[in-house]
Amino acid sequence: MTINPITRLEGHGKIEIFLNDDGNVENAYFQVPELRGFEKFCEGRLVEEMPDITSRICGVCPEAHHMAATKALDAVFHVDPPSAAKKLRELLYSAFYVADHTTHFYILAGPDFIMGPKAPKAERNILGVINKVGLDIGSSVIKHRSDALDAVAMIGGRRIHPTCGVPGGVSKSITEEQRTKIEEIAKSEIEFAKFTLKLFDDVVLSNKDYVSLIKSDFYTTPTYYMGLVDDQNRVNFYDGKVRVVDPEGNEFAKYGAAEYQQHLAEHVEPWTYLKFPYLKKVGWKGLVGGKDSGVYRATPLARLNVAEGMATPLAQVEYKRMYDTLGPKPIHSTLATHWARLIELLYAAERMHELSRDPEITSQNVRTIPTATPDEGVGIVEAPRGTLTHHYTTDEKGLVKKVNLIVGTTNNHAAISMSIKQAAQGLIKKGEVSDGLLNMVEMAFRAYDPCYGCATHTLPGQMPLEVNIYNKERALLRKLQRP
Amino acid sequence: MANPKAAFYWAASCGGCEIAVLELGKALVDVSKKVDIVFWPVALDFKYSDVESMPDKSIDVCFFNGAIQTSENEHMAKLLREKSKILIAFGACANGGGIPALANTTSKERIFTRVYKETPTTDNPQGVIPQTKVQVKEGELAIPEFYNTVRTLDQTVGVDYSVPGCPPVGEQVTAVMNDIVAGKLPPKGSVIGASDKSLCDECKRVKGDRKIKKIVRTYEIVPDTEKCLLDQGVICMGPATRGGCGAQCIDANMPCRGCYGAVPGVLDQGAKMLSALSSNFDAENEEEIEQIASGVTDPIGTFYRYNLARSMQRRKKARRV
Repeated sequence: MTINPITRLEGHGKIEIFLNDDGNVENAYFQVPELRGFEKFCEGRLVEEMPDITSRICGVCPEAHHMAATKALDAVFHVDPPSAAKKLRELLYSAFYVADHTTHFYILAGPDFIMGPKAPKAERNILGVINKVGLDIGSSVIKHRSDALDAVAMIGGRRIHPTCGVPGGVSKSITEEQRTKIEEIAKSEIEFAKFTLKLFDDVVLSNKDYVSLIKSDFYTTPTYYMGLVDDQNRVNFYDGKVRVVDPEGNEFAKYGAAEYQQHLAEHVEPWTYLKFPYLKKVGWKGLVGGKDSGVYRATPLARLNVAEGMATPLAQVEYKRMYDTLGPKPIHSTLATHWARLIELLYAAERMHELSRDPEITSQNVRTIPTATPDEGVGIVEAPRGTLTHHYTTDEKGLVKKVNLIVGTTNNHAAISMSIKQAAQGLIKKGEVSDGLLNMVEMAFRAYDPCYGCATHTLPGQMPLEVNIYNKERALLRKLQRP
Repeated sequence: MANPKAAFYWAASCGGCEIAVLELGKALVDVSKKVDIVFWPVALDFKYSDVESMPDKSIDVCFFNGAIQTSENEHMAKLLREKSKILIAFGACANGGGIPALANTTSKERIFTRVYKETPTTDNPQGVIPQTKVQVKEGELAIPEFYNTVRTLDQTVGVDYSVPGCPPVGEQVTAVMNDIVAGKLPPKGSVIGASDKSLCDECKRVKGDRKIKKIVRTYEIVPDTEKCLLDQGVICMGPATRGGCGAQCIDANMPCRGCYGAVPGVLDQGAKMLSALSSNFDAENEEEIEQIASGVTDPIGTFYRYNLARSMQRRKKARRV
């Protein structure tokens, strides 16, 4: 059974599912058929150019790479940016999160819930959503996504691939006029996030079928979880320590960027270009969950699972409500990731608003010129799709000698593979394939908002999908394709 | 008259070009009323097999972004060339190789060794390397071949137009779409969605005498926001780079890195920049020239950042540039 093409990280993706003698799912393989080679070809580059170069790893979340690279530069040059610069970076980053999470919910994932997983395919997209909830909402989605990117551009210089990151700060400050505009945008984003959570409430949480779907076995995978937290163990996207909890919710590790190598390792398989990160101290046991397997997840749900709360008031209320409804912590249901993402959307909007009103945010003091000899540094941020680690080593002239990258979606490579297999196993019995298979498999995949899919970020939001089902003799049994 | 049929495809790229198209927002909705999109894997549900079954030249215009780095990229480039009347190389990667073409500074073998064996977090005692075909117990799994050299689209198939930029800026994309709908495309072979002048021509900064005594790295100074960056010793690719981007990076007080490709009439963007730069060295003799030139520590990554596949050199040979 082949699902090709799905979507992309640095390209496309492919799913192969094999049936056994009984016609049940024997195994599933999730393959990433592309590689760029950043870890090698960045050698020899000027290290201060890494924010520009590595943002081209992903045009969907370039801000994440730009920020991880810029933070790695702070460490390489042993320089601490002025407080206003850190705030500007976080403000840009919060605005980016608002845009990114908005797109995911409305365009990719939302249609499954708003229209229903079994709705006709032609309706299960953003256009169907607009028909059902009203045209105003469609324009509102476009407006709020675009406004958030306006804020990104005011600070970062560009809407796609920002350019402001320098070791020791940012390349420019913002004017009072820009600040006022960003504050206005942020206010509106908060209302929009509240509205979105209300919509999720009305459509998803008040529907028993959906709640039982969220809680169902084939969407539940106990794993370790990973995410950045601040000094009070609250969710933070831009800075803090990486916290890992075990499948029972106990703290397993908490580490600063420089210590990542003690905690992470990556496994290689010959059938995919993407590696499989896992927790080094637990070890690689294959594509399985549970406490004895080093497989972890780094998603919106993972970030909420590792944290003790949210740093902004409205998001905190929602956080509590989610765990009261679906808890106890940690929640293992993959589909709860959608709810977690919306709580993060609200947090990002609130944080954006807070920072836009910070008295320091228009300060001209946004750069500290480094004076130390560059050598080595690690930068970590939470990309929307997982903890992102950039590690550079340089010579004394600041030319890159070695690079290591552990990229957002890559963290979840093992877990995505497992979720796909689980969903397929739940749906394919005795060679009979449910017509809901395509979408149900997609739903398992989509919860991770994998950056394999810019499909995530597009109209009308169905990832291209083809399923070829082979029997045990590998003969084509049936071909399913989206109409 | 029937709407023109359009296709969009990505190869070795980051997805930023796709986002650049989506960024059009309302403008895209307007365009979509005048254009029938027949293939856009990232956004709409069409399969490779749908394209294969189309008659030749049945797509009016295909926007192809990304460089050619794998056998799948090459296959799709050839297929879409056959099916399309007009093939547009969209964005820096399709045109010059873009950032992925920095892989031409090394080799497939070295990349694989670094990624799958050497990085400090990789745990691979058996030295497993991904293979194009692998037998697993349930059957065979295949992935495309990774090429040693990254190529541009026009080094792979014939290309009719180029839209430069990493990514192309929104206003330019809108203008290109409108020209296509209105049937107002210039002669084939043209660069569209950009200016015919250099970025320096549209930069608002005040240009001085451009006497460079010392090359300065971007992290070493806070540049004056009114003065030309080259005058301040910062390498800015403006003189060698085509305009049309709106000088966004320069407005953010960062230099141009050349993503809009070479100025009109120039084949090799890096060579052009090198000559522009060295002619501005404020040096009396060889020794001083050497001294200033020693400030250029990564010539490939600086002068060919987005265009290495397009350069005369194309990839690193035994000799250093």
